[in-house]
Amino acid sequence: MEANRKSSLKALSLKPQNYMALSVLLILGLWCLLSFSGRVNPIYLPSPLAVAKAFVSLQEEGVLIPYTLVSLYRVLAGFLAAAALAIPLGIAMATSKRVDAFFQPAIGFVRYLPVTALIPLMILYFGIGDFEKVAVIFVGTFFQLVLMIQDTVSAVPGELLNAAYTLGAKGSAVYTRVLLPASLPGIMDNLRICMGWAWTYLVVAELVASNSGLGFMILRSQRFLQTDRIFVGLLVIGILGIVTDFLFKALSQVLFPWYERLGR
Amino acid sequence: MLQVDGVNKIFTTGGSQVIALQDINMKVSAQEFAVIVGPSGCGKTTLLRMAAGLDKPTAGRITLHGRPINGPGPDRGMVFQSYTLFPWLSVEDNVAFGPRLNGIPEKEIESIVDHYLGVTGLLKFRKLYPKALSGGMKQRVAIARALANAPDILLMDEPFGALDAQTRVVMQELLLKVWEEDQKTVLFITHDIDEAIFLADTIHVMTRQPGTIRETIPVPLPRPRDHGVLLTHEFLALKKEIVEMIWQESKQAAEEVVNSGIK
Repeated sequence: MEANRKSSLKALSLKPQNYMALSVLLILGLWCLLSFSGRVNPIYLPSPLAVAKAFVSLQEEGVLIPYTLVSLYRVLAGFLAAAALAIPLGIAMATSKRVDAFFQPAIGFVRYLPVTALIPLMILYFGIGDFEKVAVIFVGTFFQLVLMIQDTVSAVPGELLNAAYTLGAKGSAVYTRVLLPASLPGIMDNLRICMGWAWTYLVVAELVASNSGLGFMILRSQRFLQTDRIFVGLLVIGILGIVTDFLFKALSQVLFPWYERLGR
Repeated sequence: MLQVDGVNKIFTTGGSQVIALQDINMKVSAQEFAVIVGPSGCGKTTLLRMAAGLDKPTAGRITLHGRPINGPGPDRGMVFQSYTLFPWLSVEDNVAFGPRLNGIPEKEIESIVDHYLGVTGLLKFRKLYPKALSGGMKQRVAIARALANAPDILLMDEPFGALDAQTRVVMQELLLKVWEEDQKTVLFITHDIDEAIFLADTIHVMTRQPGTIRETIPVPLPRPRDHGVLLTHEFLALKKEIVEMIWQESKQAAEEVVNSGIK
């Protein structure tokens, strides 16, 4: 009996999924405890119930889905534009010292400018519409992404290229048959990490000046002390983040079954 | 035929020069199994990489069939010490990599791949990705991949160096079997004297600082060989000769270091 229970406890404690459930339950439990016990003022911490109600009323007012979609659109547009330019440029910088020398100073400089500091300038240039949001996300992710992709491509083992050379690879075949397939899983990881930053910059851009989107919804709720609505906005952003992360990982596993990740 | 004439290689690092190879002269005849044996740091890998065209001599020249070597090409297949299979390609696609690149018709590629997977004992594993293979298996694929490209010469840089002793023996016998079937010209590098004698028609013994070929020794052991030969009198006599040659050299080098320390 005793031994049996011990072994089942052990099995339970070993499974990573159980740890996942445990952490979610702990956070939810703590939230319930603090809010329902009345120990924390609901203006600071609304109860899960209040947040659910706010969720329904936001939905009924017809703002939740349109705002989510508009934010999603801005993130994707900025992110895809950044990726479309960063991938070829990163590869070119990794493989040519001249291209690297030409772009390195500008990219290194802009990369250290906080995007938040550029938002006033962006508003001056592009107004406060969609284009400005997309531009903020682009600037925020492009310069990081280029360098990450350059690193990923540079990390392709030299002996792999040498092996290809001795098999007769030259010119564009070196790129299409070796460099690109070898670095795609890493590039996918770079994109996944960058997507997180894209969301951050979007919300910042929407907080500063906007009339739609999840960031705008959060800011407006704060003005009316509707903390429950702020929480709805945060939850939606967080869940979208988890979902995109999951999609990236799933896509990686489908596209790169050959990929050997450390510790797996 | 591969010919090395008066090759020197000097590496310059931070203003100081290191002579890696000095006045190397050697040749590998058609269908010969030539082995270069020497201690680590004697420059044997550098020499092989220059034959592959991955490195350039500082002076002298290397020719294949009389044509000077300018960069890597499919006429010189190479098997590296580190695992260099393309991880995104299955075993069969790795073997097909060279023929596909060089525009061989797909029908022909299929029979080439089947043939080399057969001789290396990999037919059952053709659909696997490299990550599922052991070290010995990976090197089998690497050998099949190099041979499938029909090179004039096969350059092998300590290909079994990272394998355990038992697997190494199996791989050496497999390599000899493949070589006897294909009658390829091979230039093989190792620091393992047993391996050198077991495989070679001719052994080039290298010594270091600066790296140079000290002696070229023919191996008169009959073929086909198996590992029984390792205990024969002829084998052991050859081994004694080579061991003493290398030992003498290292003793000399050690004494030079001591003497220069006293001065």
